[in-house]
Order: sequence, then C-alpha cells, then structure tokens
Amino acid sequence: MSTFDADRPLLEIKDLAITFNTPEGPVYAVRNAHLSIMPGETVAIVGESGSGKSTTALSAIGLLPGNGKVTGGQIIFDGEDITNVSDKRIIELRGNSIGMVPQDPMSNLNPVWKIGFQVKETLKANGLAGDNAKERVAEVLAEAGLPNAATRANQYPHEFSGGMRQRALIAIGLACRPRLLIADEPTSALDVTVQQQILDHLERLTTELGTAVLLITHDLGLAAERAEKVVVMYKGQVVESGPALEILRNPKHPYTQRLVASAPSLASKRLQTHSLNEAVEANAVEKPVHSKAGDDVLEIKNLTKVFKLRKSLGKSIDFTAVDDVTFSVKRGTTTAIVGESGSGKSTVAQMVLNLLKPTAGTISFDGMVMNEQPESELFKFRRRVQPIFQDPYGSLDPMYSIYRTIEEPLRIHGMGDSKSRQNRVKELLSHVSMPSSTMYRFPNELSGGQRQRIAIARALALQPEVIICDEAVSALDVLVQAQILNLLNELQKNLGLTYLFITHDLAVVRQIADDVCVMQHGKIVEHSSTDEVFNNPQQEYTRNLLGAIPGATLLI
Amino acid sequence: MIRFTLLRFLQLIPVFLGATLLVYFLVFATPGNPIAALSGGKPMSPAVEAALTAQYNLDKPFWMQYLLYLKNLLSFDLGETFSGQPVSDVIGRAFPVTARLAIMALVFEAFFGIIFGVIAGLRKGKLFDSTVLIASLIVIAVPTFVLGFILQFVVGVKLAWAKPTVSPGAPWSDLILPALVLGLVSLAYVIRLTRTSVIENKNADYVRTATAKGLSRRRVVVVHIVRNSMIPVVTFLGADLGSLMGGAIVTEGIFNVPGVGNLLYLSILKGETPTVVAVVSVLVLVFVLANLVVDLLYAWLDPRIRYA
Repeated sequence: MSTFDADRPLLEIKDLAITFNTPEGPVYAVRNAHLSIMPGETVAIVGESGSGKSTTALSAIGLLPGNGKVTGGQIIFDGEDITNVSDKRIIELRGNSIGMVPQDPMSNLNPVWKIGFQVKETLKANGLAGDNAKERVAEVLAEAGLPNAATRANQYPHEFSGGMRQRALIAIGLACRPRLLIADEPTSALDVTVQQQILDHLERLTTELGTAVLLITHDLGLAAERAEKVVVMYKGQVVESGPALEILRNPKHPYTQRLVASAPSLASKRLQTHSLNEAVEANAVEKPVHSKAGDDVLEIKNLTKVFKLRKSLGKSIDFTAVDDVTFSVKRGTTTAIVGESGSGKSTVAQMVLNLLKPTAGTISFDGMVMNEQPESELFKFRRRVQPIFQDPYGSLDPMYSIYRTIEEPLRIHGMGDSKSRQNRVKELLSHVSMPSSTMYRFPNELSGGQRQRIAIARALALQPEVIICDEAVSALDVLVQAQILNLLNELQKNLGLTYLFITHDLAVVRQIADDVCVMQHGKIVEHSSTDEVFNNPQQEYTRNLLGAIPGATLLI
Repeated sequence: MIRFTLLRFLQLIPVFLGATLLVYFLVFATPGNPIAALSGGKPMSPAVEAALTAQYNLDKPFWMQYLLYLKNLLSFDLGETFSGQPVSDVIGRAFPVTARLAIMALVFEAFFGIIFGVIAGLRKGKLFDSTVLIASLIVIAVPTFVLGFILQFVVGVKLAWAKPTVSPGAPWSDLILPALVLGLVSLAYVIRLTRTSVIENKNADYVRTATAKGLSRRRVVVVHIVRNSMIPVVTFLGADLGSLMGGAIVTEGIFNVPGVGNLLYLSILKGETPTVVAVVSVLVLVFVLANLVVDLLYAWLDPRIRYA
C-alpha cells in the first residue's frame, strides 16, 4: 500500500493510445487521451458510443477486450505506472484499489449464482472475507440501498428488478473499499426516477467513503450534475476538459457545443411547430374520405387490462396493469404517454396496436371500435397503424436483408409489383436519410441509430396514419436520439402523421409531444398539453418525474 | 421441485404403456409363426401345436394378449424365452454389462470432452483449438464400425494393450476398449458443444465484471465461464446415456460384448416376442429416466428455470 498523498492525482492518464486489432486492420480507438483524478474527486467522461470513453476507463483496470492493446502513453495509479503491469499485480489492484460498476445490470450478474455468493467472492478474492463474511455481505448490500439485504442475498439475479441489480453491482464495486470506482454508464439502462435514486445513493456513499469516481456517461447534463470535472471525448480523442459547469456554459469545441445543444435533459422546447400540410393531405394515397385534420383519430375509452398472475397450484391473482384509461389523439399531433416501467404504458400501446386484447373498454380508430372487429378489418387496420419498438437490435430480423425487411409489409398487403416495391423501398430509405445501397445490407452491419431508421422506414412503408412509438429512442445515444426525433418531426410535418409516443423520459416528451398523459400504477394521473405539464405539473408524481431529469436543476 | 418430479414420474406411465403397446404390436404384426420357429421348423402334432399356442396365449386376440402380458408384467413376470429361461434372468445378465459399458463411455466422454472443449474454447483460433476441431470432425465422420475395427486391430491385436474381445462375464478391464469406441463419437460432440458454449460465455458481461472484482483467472474460468457453459453439455450427456445404453449394438457386436444390444439383436432374429418387448421396454424406461434426470439437472444448473 502506498501512502496517501492528497496532492498527487490518484489516477493519471497521459497520452494514452489504444488500438484494436480487427480482421479489417488496426482500429485506433483512443489517441492522446489525458485525464487525471484527485483522491475523492468525481470526474466524468462524456461522449457518444464509439468515442472511446469506456475503452479509456477500462484500460485503467486492465479490462480491454482481447484484441485491444495500449499502444502508447501511460496509466499511473497512485504513483505506480500500471500501463503494462503484470497480470498478478492488476488482479491485486482490482476490487480493493479500483472497483467497477458496469453499465447493464441485466447482463452483468452471473445468472446462475446467488447475489450473496457474488458479493462474497469479491470479499474473498481481496482477502476481506473473515469469519463473518455472511454478515459483511448483508452489510455492503444494505449500504448500497438494498432492502432486506440478508434475505435478498439468498436470491438469484433474475428475482431482482433492474434497479435492485444495479444496487447489488454497486455493492460489489464498493465492497472492498476501492480508492477509485469506475462507473460505466451505471444508470443508462434504468428508469429516470430509479436512475436518480441510484446516482444519489452512489454519490452519498462515495463521498462518505472518500472514493474517487470515474463516471462514464453519454449525457452531458448528468455529467455536469454529478461530476466536478468533465472530460469530453470524440472519436477517440479528448476534445475538451475542465470544470463541469464551465464546459456546460461555455463549450469551446464544436462537438461539445453540439452535445450541449442536443442533450435531452437540457433541451427545453418542442423541436418545431408543425402544421398539417394541405398539399400532403391532397396527395396522400387512399386516404379515407372522412378523415380531416384535427379530428380524434384514436379514441381510447375506459381501457382496462387485467393479467392473471399464476401463483402455486392453480391459484392465480389478478393484476390490473391498465386501469380505466381514457384519452384521445388528434390527427397530425403527438401524444406522449409517460411513466416509470411497470406503469402500464407499454400495455396500453400493445392494446392500441391490437396485439393484446383489452379486458374492458374500447379503442376506436377513425370512428371504428377496433377491438371488436373481425380479423379482416384488423388486417386493414394494421396497414394504417404501425409500430416502432424500443430495441432496434431485436425488432429487425437478423436473417432478413434491409430490402426484405422494408418490402415485407408491402408484399403482405399486396401493394404493387416487385418493380414498384423496389422503388418504394428506395424512396422510404431516402425518407429516413439512408442511401439506397443500404437495402443490400443486413441489420448486423448497421449501428443502433441506423437500425432505428430502418425500423421507421418499415413502419412508413404502408403509408400509415398513426405510428405507435414504444420507447422508440430510449436505446439510442443522445446525438442519435436527437437525430431520430428530428426525423420523426420532419416526417410528421411532411406526411401528416399522428404519433402515440410511449416513453419514460420526460426530456424526450418535451421535444416531441403536443399532449402528455402521465401514467402511474395503470392509471392516467395527469393529462394535458406538454407546456402545461412542464410549467405547471399538478401531481406530486409528475413533479418527481420532472425532478428526476438529470441536469434539470442546473439550467443555464 | 418435488411436485415436478412426481408429475414426471406419473408421466412415465402413459409413455411406458404406449411404448410397450407399440413394440408388442410391431412384433405381433411381424410375418412368421412363432410356434413354428419354436420347434425349429420341424413338423409338430396339431395337439402339441394347439397346446403351445394356448400356453403362449397366441390363440387369443391381440388386445387380450397385450393385456395378459401387462398383467404378468405387474407381477414382474416378463415371460420366458423359447429356450425356457425367464426373460428377467436373461435381461438381468445382459443389463449390468451394458450399464457398465455405457457408464465407462459416459465418464470418458464427459471428462475428456469437457476438458478439451474448455481449453479449445478459451484458446479459440489457436493451434490446440484447430487440432481438436479437425480431429473431432474426423471422428464424427467415420462410422463406428470402422473406428471399432481399427482400434480393435491396432490396440487389441498389434499392440496387444487390451484384449481384442470381451471375455464372458465382461469384467471392467475388458470393457475399456469398447467403451472408448462407444464414447468416441459423443466425445467429439461434447468437445464441440463445450467449446461453442465457452466461447459464447467467455465474452459475457458478467465474466468481465467477475474479473473486475479482482478474482484470479482460474476462478473466473471455473466459477463463471465453465459453470455457465455446462448447461447445454449436461443436457446432451444425460440424453446420451440413453442412446449409449440402447445404441451399443454395433460396438457390442465388434467386441463380442454379452450386453443388451447383442441380446436384442439375437431375439429379433429369432422372433422372440417376450424378450424383444421386455428389452425395449427396459430401454424406454432408461431413456425416460435419463430425460427426467436431465430436466432436474437443468433446473439445478440454471436457477432461472423453475417448474410450476
């Protein structure tokens, strides 16, 4: 153990270069990266995915993937050069000197071992599991904010919610009292309100323990709120670094300026006003005669969904996921449904899409009660109401080329011949700003943002009137998110689309929605215009959601 | 878990009934008169033939015969072979031999299959991995009777490291060579399955997290990579035990092992209904039990799986 020295940086990265060897040749993931963290300080690295922020942080704990290598510069931890240190030494440092909280709580706990076991082996590996290891495990779990820690330690990861798992991972990261904690997007997979609780807890805990934190995030607002210093990375290089508020208020590098401009947590306006374009209305193919701008294209009345949850031995209990929900959506506008996970918002979306049968209530589309129509009517309905789902990785068939993906709905609905369909696919690709050569590629060759564009193109293929976006941008990076939201807005203006936008992120709502329904425990607790909800929230719950937007408190 | 196990045991009943009925019917429908086969094709007085037909219930309709067979089965009477020995005795002699053979083969393929598979998976693309992959491909491609004869000739005859055939009574030491031959193909599958599973798991996020905790490489490999990679492998091994028991006919033939495979083969040739039905029923039982064990192991290996 080296001596504590308050004037010396705990971690110093100088001129760091990291290269990945890929079959296509070397990829220079990080170049000339600099950063330093003083003991007890919180430093955030901000950048989009692929910027090298995680790679830089992981190199400090020797966790680069197999084909990655530090090819230049130095990593100095507490005065010791650990750039090319032996495996033995880095294993000694991991856990008790440098801890880590990873990004995705769903995949970072081993599903086959109990939570307690996974905490205990951390203590054991670092020689901290004495005779009372079991009590110690419960202590660190409780410390990380896990209720009933002693009992819950006996459960498996799949019995935990995402937030609970992240608490367990925080417990693991801090169990051996490291002097530096690397937190790699510790909350981006979680709901905003849970995110806030977890970050608050992490902040309190690391302050108490005097742990320095290297926080990796794509959200500048979150970084500015949580860290003293911010390092902005772009394409493998540090483009700007300095005190957090300084960077936020006075970004110098053009990339940082873009980042500040598009941070959802900091944006404060609806992207652009839109009016239903008369010309579009006139040109639209096969529009029903009676549809006109401003009528309620979707009317949801007393919608209720009760799930039967199976208990042991044939007993079941009723769980009301959606409880007497009533709202309507005006043609050509965007209505957002906001709430935490479990609030029933996605269940509403599924029922509106007629993918799930409501227990009670009606869904009217263009004056017709859809949930009572025969299959043949539903087929026509599906053509006019299309979904875009959250996960662009899961919603595209990996075995289908992009062409086949976009063409499939056209083929199913018997629209045009193969020649005209091909033209239509090209046209759709240009709608979503993708080159037409994309149609020969497969989903795995595209980035998350590009895939979501394809999903949008597929949804647009049938010229629908309504698009249901179920967390359509939640899985995307801020910059990509901003691009997609802009695209959706643009399409709405040009094609007169109506959106029902399901999200947990109020920051996104502000950018896209005209009306907002706030859902809690299956009920709509607040329903009014976006400005009204943001400026004058009526419910405690809405205020909590608003307060949970990172960076909300440091408006500039 | 207990409830699940009980339910699965109850499921055994219809499976067993269905299997015996099917096999009984197939043998019943086989052309040829079993009584004539019994007398070795020599002429027989009508009185004797009638008596024998009545003795074996062959004068009764199919359903009667089957029900009578089941009735005897309940009192553990599996009937007699044509030479007059109780079928239960014959199976009792052959079954332990095959069980020994199958277990040795299983241990062999599990032990070496997992070790080679794990090393190959951890060193994907390196020399060891490529060698193992090619070798296992050859083993899968070459039929058992070729491999069996080559090994019998080289190891048994030329090098004389082991007896080329198995002596009566089939002691453990004589069964080593046949067990190797029997387990070789499955070994290749176990290696490949383990390797794929390890490659999939070694890049999992939780493995990186385990490394970040400060665990030794060895512990990361054993506790986090190998443990998780065993789920498909154990499933395969369990199901394979069933096939090893029943599918040893070729190997038992080559090495002259007095096991179940040999017995079944000879009784089918002779058209001995009681023996064929009894042997197949026992094998069905083994298969079903092996599958039950796999299901239970599965739940134990992967706590996310729970039976309701």
